[in-house]
Amino acid sequence: METFRNLLDPFPSQQSTFAANVDAIYYFIFWLSTFFFVVIVAMMCYFVVKYRRVEGQEPEKSPSHNTPLEVTWSVIPGILVLGIFWWGFTGYVDMRSPPAETYDINVTAQMWSWQFKYGTGAVDAELHVPVGTPVRLIMQSKDVIHSLFVPAFRVKQDVVPGRYSGLWFEAKEVGTFDLFCTEYCGQKHSDMITKVVVHATDEENVTEEVPQTFDQWLEVASDPLEGGRIPLEDAGKKVVGMFGCLQCHSIDGSKKVGPSFKGHFGQQVETRDGSVLMDENYIRESILEPNAKIRQGYDPKMPSFKGAMKDEWIDAVIAYIKSIQ
Amino acid sequence: MTSHVMPAHSDSHSSADNYLTASKGFLSWAMTLDHKRIGLMYLIGTMTAMFIGGFLALLLRAEHLSGTPGFVSHDTYNQLFTLHGAIMVFLFIIPSIPGALGNFILPVMLGAKDVAFPRMNLCSFYLWVFGAIFFVGALLTTGLDTGWTFYTPYSTNTSQTNVVLATLGAFILGFSSIFTGLNFIVTIHTMRPPGMTWFRMPLFLWSLYATAIIQVLATPVLGITLLLLAAERMFGLGIFDPKLGGDPVLYQHFFWFYSHPAVYIMILPGMGIISELISTFSRKAIFGYRFIAFSSMAIALLGFLVWGHHMFASGQSEMVTIIFSALTFSVSIPSAIKVFNWLATMYKGSIVLATPMCYALSFLFLFTIGGLTGLFLGALATDIHLHDTYFVVAHFHYVMMGGTLVAFVGGLFYWWPKMTGKMYNEFWGQISALIVFVAFNLTFFPQFVMGSRGMPRRYYNYLPEFQVYHVLSTIGAFLLGFGLLLAAIVLITSLFKGRKAPANPWGAATLEWQCSSPPPLANFEKTPTVGNPYDMQSVVWDPDTESFVRRGEVPIVPDESEQPAHA
Repeated sequence: METFRNLLDPFPSQQSTFAANVDAIYYFIFWLSTFFFVVIVAMMCYFVVKYRRVEGQEPEKSPSHNTPLEVTWSVIPGILVLGIFWWGFTGYVDMRSPPAETYDINVTAQMWSWQFKYGTGAVDAELHVPVGTPVRLIMQSKDVIHSLFVPAFRVKQDVVPGRYSGLWFEAKEVGTFDLFCTEYCGQKHSDMITKVVVHATDEENVTEEVPQTFDQWLEVASDPLEGGRIPLEDAGKKVVGMFGCLQCHSIDGSKKVGPSFKGHFGQQVETRDGSVLMDENYIRESILEPNAKIRQGYDPKMPSFKGAMKDEWIDAVIAYIKSIQ
Repeated sequence: MTSHVMPAHSDSHSSADNYLTASKGFLSWAMTLDHKRIGLMYLIGTMTAMFIGGFLALLLRAEHLSGTPGFVSHDTYNQLFTLHGAIMVFLFIIPSIPGALGNFILPVMLGAKDVAFPRMNLCSFYLWVFGAIFFVGALLTTGLDTGWTFYTPYSTNTSQTNVVLATLGAFILGFSSIFTGLNFIVTIHTMRPPGMTWFRMPLFLWSLYATAIIQVLATPVLGITLLLLAAERMFGLGIFDPKLGGDPVLYQHFFWFYSHPAVYIMILPGMGIISELISTFSRKAIFGYRFIAFSSMAIALLGFLVWGHHMFASGQSEMVTIIFSALTFSVSIPSAIKVFNWLATMYKGSIVLATPMCYALSFLFLFTIGGLTGLFLGALATDIHLHDTYFVVAHFHYVMMGGTLVAFVGGLFYWWPKMTGKMYNEFWGQISALIVFVAFNLTFFPQFVMGSRGMPRRYYNYLPEFQVYHVLSTIGAFLLGFGLLLAAIVLITSLFKGRKAPANPWGAATLEWQCSSPPPLANFEKTPTVGNPYDMQSVVWDPDTESFVRRGEVPIVPDESEQPAHA
């Protein structure tokens, strides 16, 4: 029974300050519509039965129009939809009016991954935000139109190339929620999904699912090398995760959108214009200028990470690729 | 049978008399100027497109049985949903009712011999064929993966498929649509018979007239937009691509400036059909004729002012968004008026659940859901959540398929005896309506729920929590395909086994039921004089001919003040 109710519940849980109001409008329209729908269908069924055709009997005379009645059933829905408009409009204005003090995060969308950049220099393929804090996303796209959608927050905004788009929200609870791309962006549009991780702001409120506070997470993310305290290849693995490289590159030798990280280090590989030795220099060049030498059998689809991936992070990625050969 | 406007019954005609047998051979069809033959060719063409589009839909739905890669790849999936949308919109829904039923019925309903420009009419059909060839060309070469909306800059600088071929196809189809619209406007203005004032026109004609205005005014904008898109893709002209100094949102404005009014090109003729069906099968004058006629015109005009509601999340300015939301709600009123008037028509009627009426009642149920769910999308705060999810997919299928397609099938069953001269099997017709109705709801209702829960549209893979809805929807889709196939079988079988159709099997009072079934080549020997198109009591059942016949003299003769429209 519980599962059945859950199946019919139209909404994911309410995880932002907007969600309750959006759901209230939804339910208001839902019950209003249900009322009209039931009345219309009930009358339709009643008429079909009550006034079914009887052989050889003409229907009794009834008026072919009634202007006051028709005006009434034009005006009443008119007033009701005006109310719906007003409620939807005020809710929308709240969504588009961020408070003066917000925590800002830069978002870069590209086929088919997200990159979230923080003021400290931290970068991640998942969106990490502090709970109970107004967060503003300043979004740009490197290629085509994408759209950032977090169902639990009830927020959505297209990310249009050539301009910044903005979005704000305040998460209510610590947890992990889905983040989708909702503007069709080509081959792997449906794989352009990631998570929003809402962190506690103090030690007392961390959970098993999200064990770090936002500040703890931010400190580590700002320095994946952890000041050199961990092996370089482990740091490289973290960088690869932060940048979402595995969306397009496998680590088991299988072919995805791009060539696998595994299998060719130290060998000559075929490119479109000849061949190249896959060494440290080729990896570095491919990260900074991906279209310089395209591997045979692949399309030039990779964006440049120049300016986003620091030199020592690139070193770590190279170390990681070498470690999995 | 004293009236001069009442031609002899079909059974007194020799078979050589009707438009189907008047001439023979391929060229007699390919070069025909007869609106009835052109209508039939449109019917065959658009139905073929519908079954191809439907087949693609079933492949999509089958792939969605699981949320992980199934039997098609990412790329194939993207091409399937693109071509399903493009074929259904451009080759089926837009041309189907005006091209097939409108072409056949409009001149006969007017008591005219043909449309105003028969050659342009034939040209319109050939443009449809050429447009279709371009689409099939795209389908068979590289496919098309941009979505039917061709959003930039993906369509201009990224897609590897043959976007130019498909846009040129849509461009050509636009002209086909414009020619049909232009023809209908002129025909309705100039060829109405004596006595048929604007407010004695059957409501199907009002709806075709409103549709034609949109076709003529909105379609050129699509043509220009698609040319700009092709120019950007081929020559690097910077219109929409920000890398070339263009603006991708501008494309969306241009595209929806046509494509939103196009939604009304799709639904208005369907509404017109429903007005005819409900009135005929309730054996009662349509209730509130003027409100229905004006609401068609209101929808046509207001439909031009709401395109921005497709772009609430696009980054257009907040002020524009709010204005478009307010205007959007204004379109809901004329639609509501129609629903209430149809219901009131049934009140105290004499209702018979013949196959067309079954489809009409289905329409009423499904279109009401489609219309009411539009309220969730017109309201800004809820649209932000629901935009580009399956909620939208469900909403427009309830309107476009539950509305237009169901009305089209209902209209086809209604006019089939007139078009072919054959009666179909009533029982199996009703069964097909029942299957289509149940299966339709099973297919699309779960999509409202999963959309509300956040399932984005155009997703090849999806999260496991959505699987149950996808499975229900897929089962429904296959049943729905079966229901429509059954409807097609019922109709096609009637051609071989059906009994001969009388002139007026349903008891409708509009003019097309006064000529024999199928109509003679020239429709009427003499321009008929007309009265009230919804005076059902002017026709009575005649058991001898198994047809409804006019009761004595024509009840209303035009008086001096009512000049023929073309005088």
